[in-house]
Amino acid sequence: MASITIRGVKKNYAKTQVVHGVDLDFASGEFVVILGPSGCGKSTLLRMIAGLEDISGGTIAIDGTVVNRLEPRERGCAMVFQNYALYPHMSVAQNIGYSLKVAGVPSAERTQRIQAVARTLELEHLLDRKPMALSGGQRQRVAMGRAMIREPKVFLFDEPLSNLDAKLRVQMRSEIRKLHRRLNATSVFVTHDQVEAMTLADRLVVMNGGRVEQVGTPAEVYSRPASRFVATFVGAPAMNILEGTVELDGLSLLGGSRHLTMTRAGLPVGTKVAMGIRPEAVRLVAPNTAGALKATVDLVEELGAGRVIYVDLDGAPFSVMTSEAIHPEPGSPVGLKFSPEDMHFFSPETGSRLDVFKASVPEPAL
Amino acid sequence: MEKRVTFSSWTIGILFAVPQLLLIFTFFYWPAGQAVYWSLTLQQPWGGGNIWVGLDNFRSILSNADYWNSITASLVFAGISTGLAMFIALVLAALTDRQLAGSRLYRVVLIWPYGIAAPALALAFRFILAPEAGFLSAINRMWPGIWDPGLDGADAMASIIVAFSWKYVGYNFIFFLAAFQAIPRSLIEAAAMDGSGVIRRFWDIQFPLITPTIFFLLVINITESFQDSFGIVDIMTSGGPANATNLMVYKIYSDGFKGLDYSGAAAQSIILMLLIIVLTIFQFRFIERRVHYG
Repeated sequence: MASITIRGVKKNYAKTQVVHGVDLDFASGEFVVILGPSGCGKSTLLRMIAGLEDISGGTIAIDGTVVNRLEPRERGCAMVFQNYALYPHMSVAQNIGYSLKVAGVPSAERTQRIQAVARTLELEHLLDRKPMALSGGQRQRVAMGRAMIREPKVFLFDEPLSNLDAKLRVQMRSEIRKLHRRLNATSVFVTHDQVEAMTLADRLVVMNGGRVEQVGTPAEVYSRPASRFVATFVGAPAMNILEGTVELDGLSLLGGSRHLTMTRAGLPVGTKVAMGIRPEAVRLVAPNTAGALKATVDLVEELGAGRVIYVDLDGAPFSVMTSEAIHPEPGSPVGLKFSPEDMHFFSPETGSRLDVFKASVPEPAL
Repeated sequence: MEKRVTFSSWTIGILFAVPQLLLIFTFFYWPAGQAVYWSLTLQQPWGGGNIWVGLDNFRSILSNADYWNSITASLVFAGISTGLAMFIALVLAALTDRQLAGSRLYRVVLIWPYGIAAPALALAFRFILAPEAGFLSAINRMWPGIWDPGLDGADAMASIIVAFSWKYVGYNFIFFLAAFQAIPRSLIEAAAMDGSGVIRRFWDIQFPLITPTIFFLLVINITESFQDSFGIVDIMTSGGPANATNLMVYKIYSDGFKGLDYSGAAAQSIILMLLIIVLTIFQFRFIERRVHYG
């Protein structure tokens, strides 16, 4: 178990900077997920922790020791790769036991530890096979076994589930979670899959364009996204964003064509905002309900447990997620209603969160 | 349902194959068949009939000490030059794969030697290794007479080995580099995470994964060292001194076209062919089983 301290870490490739000064603290035993779209620098950051990538600026410390100049093997990290990276010419047992062999562990002890790891991962009957003869899920487990056997201080996962089919992914997800609960090693897991991120993380780090956008528990990130990017990236279907202006009695939306009456705007009159509302926080009501936004139904997506209704709001796309058994016809008019507490406000220029309800912004005097 | 493109007409298929079949027949089966026929007869040097002698040609060759000396020289040459060419190429390719300083330069430069015709490179090496004026003449100045491929058989053998290896280092290098680069980067990284250092990674991961290429090059290098050595021997040593570098392929030429012993030369060709076949079978039989195909 070890804590990881990342201070001002940068990464340049030739002249392009891909990671712009990241500061993060991972507590000992914590399961941290780094979430972001491809190319956001999350894997690069992970590889810098592992020692597979040079650190261009800043420091990374594991357990208080700066590891910038240490070889991967001296850092006490184990890594699970996206494509598993199993040694194709070695059997499962040899794959799992390779690090012990390199470390010069006597063969009797090695066999015993391989057996123990194989037992936890239910790989005992596969120990003599070559990776070629394994299914995707089995390869994944071997890759985990290879990381586990060294009893590392830190586990690093580089999108380990993205090559698996949907069902296996859910299963491996809970296995990783269980494993972490038992081993309790500090784990850093990189993914672009927000469901994976939400379900696995103790703490979530959302990255975009080489910068950290937000750090928090999955619930915090979901309910109080720190930026427009986080708001639209976390949650499916994505949060609806409508641009508008704060007025005395509410919000003028979509260039003034719509008006939303609100008792508490909380922002100075005239402020331009990007208002966000999650599809699951919107209720469908009759089109002429007082205070509802009028829209036209575009498309209904049936999900079984619920349905996503895509509506058209004067050309602006908008989605509603409901578990009610309603099936509006495409083309029919509907009303959209949501409460002010569920609304998020972001600056249209910087995308950062404009705190309305939490911060002590005085209500405008009427 | 047959999804591939097929030709309904049998004759069109044959017509497509004809040019290639013609070439193989003209330049392989016909001469090879002719050689077999000649090896069983006694040919007149200036034409005009022959006598059937059965296996007499083979008997006389195999009872000749000169011929056994030639076989030994060929095996020594094949063994050392293959080993040298493959080892040097392997080291250079491994270093290039690690992107060490200068790798970009010799990636290009090393490919050139293979493009040079054997006689041209032999001529260059003849000058380079000349005892009176070449690079090694400096050694002769210190210890007169220590290096003289014209007099010393071992020196002559060393000269042709160096020239041949130099050519094949480039050839082998291309294949080795391709093999190294085909190994997924993440395997090397996984081994690094497992605590394996550079040398250890090479032996545990990279080397086993390039064994198919090593095996392929071994077969090619040995075969070529029996055949492609002709131009080098002809220009550099002409088989001398005292037959020390009279490799099998050169002896066929000198016995046949200089000594006008067509039948003996034909029999030697057959023996050389059989030797290469046996060596190749041996390699496939005993070495290939240690190869890991991905």
